[in-house]
Amino acid sequence: MRSVFLLGILSGIVYAQSAGAIAPSPGVDLSGNWAPLLHEDFPERIPGPELVNFAGLPVNDAARAFALSWDASRLTLPEHQCQVHVASYIYRGPLQLRIWEERDPQSQRVIAIRQYIQNYEQNRTIWMDGRPHPPEGAVHTWMGFSTGKWEGNILTVYTTHMKDGWVRRNGLPVSDQATLIEHFIRHGNIFTHVSIVTDPNYLTEPLIKTQDFNLIIPEGQNWVYPCSPVVEIQRPRGAVPHYLPGENPFLHEFADKFKIPLEAALGGAETMYPEYQTKLKAAAAKR
Amino acid sequence: MKKILLTAAAILAIVVATEAQQAAPANSEITTLHVQGNVYMLQGAGGNVAVQVGDMGVVVVDTGLAQNADKLIAAIRKLSDKPIQYIINTHVHADHTGGNDAVRRAGVTITGANVAGNLTDATQGAQIIAHENVLNRMSAPTGQTASAPFGAWPTITYVTGQNELYFNDEPIEARWQPAAHTDGDSLVIFRRSDVVATGDIFVTTSYPFIDLERGGSIQGEIDALNNILDIAIPKHEEEGGTYIIPGHGRICDEFDVLEFRDMVTIIRDRIQNGIKKGMTLDQIKAAGWTKDYDARWSAKQGFGTADNFVTAVYKSLTVPAKKQ
Repeated sequence: MRSVFLLGILSGIVYAQSAGAIAPSPGVDLSGNWAPLLHEDFPERIPGPELVNFAGLPVNDAARAFALSWDASRLTLPEHQCQVHVASYIYRGPLQLRIWEERDPQSQRVIAIRQYIQNYEQNRTIWMDGRPHPPEGAVHTWMGFSTGKWEGNILTVYTTHMKDGWVRRNGLPVSDQATLIEHFIRHGNIFTHVSIVTDPNYLTEPLIKTQDFNLIIPEGQNWVYPCSPVVEIQRPRGAVPHYLPGENPFLHEFADKFKIPLEAALGGAETMYPEYQTKLKAAAAKR
Repeated sequence: MKKILLTAAAILAIVVATEAQQAAPANSEITTLHVQGNVYMLQGAGGNVAVQVGDMGVVVVDTGLAQNADKLIAAIRKLSDKPIQYIINTHVHADHTGGNDAVRRAGVTITGANVAGNLTDATQGAQIIAHENVLNRMSAPTGQTASAPFGAWPTITYVTGQNELYFNDEPIEARWQPAAHTDGDSLVIFRRSDVVATGDIFVTTSYPFIDLERGGSIQGEIDALNNILDIAIPKHEEEGGTYIIPGHGRICDEFDVLEFRDMVTIIRDRIQNGIKKGMTLDQIKAAGWTKDYDARWSAKQGFGTADNFVTAVYKSLTVPAKKQ
């Protein structure tokens, strides 16, 4: 009897030590069904961005050149038709989001926070058990490889190994070498998602965006997104729609429509900040 | 005297070519990653190495640099203690064939008893499969210096179409891609594991190296990339399914090859348009038409730089291709 008692105490000590290896949850639970509130950046997120509207993004010359070459017809190629928004962008679209916890059956510690994103039927895992990120040679995915930790009541997530994607769906690219830091902040039935994208190839400084989500009852929504590519346009084998340098027919369209200088439409870090409005007004006054 | 000079020049060319290939980055340690099914990717020997393991033995696709062969063999032995029976070379470059001799000697050929009884060395070493142009470029006519030792030469070659092998309960194709990265490129397709090893037709570390001196061409490169897209089938929403082992860099799927194909095709189109307008190579370089891709794809030095790529594309589009 005494040995059984001692074994019980020892087991408790071992359990307590192993459980301590995983950062405890602060009591915040993101589990539930969520839908985005689309009031923020609505014109860009739902109707879609204007062509050659790169304003307000910290893009570099390479990103600009990439996007000016980008022809939306590229999305008609069968291999592009079902391409997914990468993790750094997907939360900005219309979607249903389900979040749940995966717990160790013995310790009941959270091993992972799982997400199902209806848009493109993406399954995302945020590992909470302290595992390392995969080596450089591992495959990249739309959702990347994510690890998370609680910082107070905020879930902070770090993601690597994402595929090529975009920072705005008018051709502005984000490369497969980009990384993502996110904060999930819950306030009752609302949570705010903060994404901070860093890309050594196409951004001059981190791009920070926020999105709000509302807790919903999962009834009546569409939770699937089947996609089957087909040949929509007959083209010569291997043809890739694009604009040659200097030949983008939409270069001035957005700038002219909203009567802003082309320089502003072409974006860059400067165009993100309020001071740029002053600069534009001063330039307009001189004209 | 003229003969001596020519011989010296030939030897120098071989040495330069060999050393140039060996300048490809070589890590000190081998990293092993499971790709899918029976296939693994080994990094750090030079070019990427694909290894298929099973009850019958081991198939090795490419063998890295010669100086890393011992480490490569040790890494293969961690995956399987079964005999290495086949090596398949995706192309001739020394960062993919340098370990041929050592890996071959670490392997074995299974023969019928009557063959082994009559030819005592018939079972020694694995077989090496490659397109015939790989053998042609590694070997040399009698009296001339070969670019690779005899033991590294392919022992089974094919001249057109594909070489087929059924091993470890899996069909394996080496499918020739004419005049692509070189004139002897093979895509190696593991049909049950659903994995394709591409050699340097596709890399994730730099622009493609179009080796014009060894029969490569931009059109062949693009054709080969389109062939990979034809072979690959994604599992879900353009992700997963067929996995691709590039010549250098990370494990990929169809979408990664697609983005690379798009880039190569777009840059080809730009340069072709410049040529049509009568622009010289220098003028095209000065135009900066790879600016959108350079930060991601231009190597800092060596074969995969923007300068080398633009030069190769320009020459490939303006100089008639060598007859294969």
